[in-house]
Amino acid sequence: MFGALIIVFREVIEAGLIIGIVLAATRGVTGRGRWVATGVLAGTLGAGIVALFAEAIANAFEGSGQELFNASVLGAAVVMLMWHATWMSRHGREIAVEMAAVGAAVTAGRRPMTALCVVVGLAVLREGAEVVLFLYGILAGGASGSSLFVGGMLGLAAGAAFTALTYYGLVSIPTRHIFAVTTVLIALLAAGMAAQAVQYLDSAGVINVLGSQLWDSSPWLPQDGIIGRILRALIGYTDRPTELQLITYLATLAAMAALTWLAAPPRAAHARTV
Amino acid sequence: MVRGSIWAVVLAALSVASAQTLAQEFNLVIRNHKFEPQEIRVPAGKRVSIYVSNEDGTPEEFESPALKVEKVIPGKSKGLVRIGPLAPGRYEFFGDFHADTAKGTVIAE
Repeated sequence: MFGALIIVFREVIEAGLIIGIVLAATRGVTGRGRWVATGVLAGTLGAGIVALFAEAIANAFEGSGQELFNASVLGAAVVMLMWHATWMSRHGREIAVEMAAVGAAVTAGRRPMTALCVVVGLAVLREGAEVVLFLYGILAGGASGSSLFVGGMLGLAAGAAFTALTYYGLVSIPTRHIFAVTTVLIALLAAGMAAQAVQYLDSAGVINVLGSQLWDSSPWLPQDGIIGRILRALIGYTDRPTELQLITYLATLAAMAALTWLAAPPRAAHARTV
Repeated sequence: MVRGSIWAVVLAALSVASAQTLAQEFNLVIRNHKFEPQEIRVPAGKRVSIYVSNEDGTPEEFESPALKVEKVIPGKSKGLVRIGPLAPGRYEFFGDFHADTAKGTVIAE
């Protein structure tokens, strides 16, 4: 039971951090709860399907199917986050002004939630597939079904509580700062995902360059410890990064900044909305 | 997602091309949630392929932060883990789904 609790909790907080950030970033958008719930449901369903076809996926592309699949999922999430960042820099200012004027509760924000819904779905898919396989393993290994279920549910509840904590922590930030904070968090999230994606491509044998390790901070802050895991999900912390991972991380941050800057409306337009 | 899968296909094509740069191959077996052998010696400074054959009926995850690998190997199947180039040294790995019994070390020399 304890094993199930720990592993479910571990995976749920990773997806939960992303859900918490998405919820905080979309505060005031009508129907966002439905969008996020759709993402979670679709992701859960997808996780079951991925787990079911785990063997076929693993054997695809000369044994590199799983790595290529993970890299694709991460890559798609990065693209969605970039799309969102671009949209936000074009319209975020108006929304912030509107929210401050009318109050968050009554704001009728009309925002495309598709991108973030997909990001949530992909996060749940990635973490969920692992949970399903793990639980299946315990079950098949002879552990009693009910203790497994109790452990899994406790892990899920603890993970959900953590997600709520992330969300309430973020929304306690004053309204005029919350867009800036979530924009930075989303950029870091994207950079971390991109850096993870290139490591999967390296494992798949697609990339064979810049694979040397830059440093080893595992003695101080191991990435499989609880703080390391949270930082990994949040900002893409890796205790033994390769050169390519660092370059990709920085390049993604630069791309996010460039997109935000390029998409921002001209100054004159700002003056009018303010 | 469509974009992602197109990407995957392109990358797969590239991977077939890059597979020509052949890596040395090693074998590992998972039996009763344990790795056999528990130690493998690989050349330092080279790409290495490890074929992990899971003979158990349940899935296992070959995981190693040191080797930067995280790979699920379904029950009764085989998985390919690509690592390196490694600096000389010891690199621990474990089965994340049975971390108390499934342990091993890669020694690069």
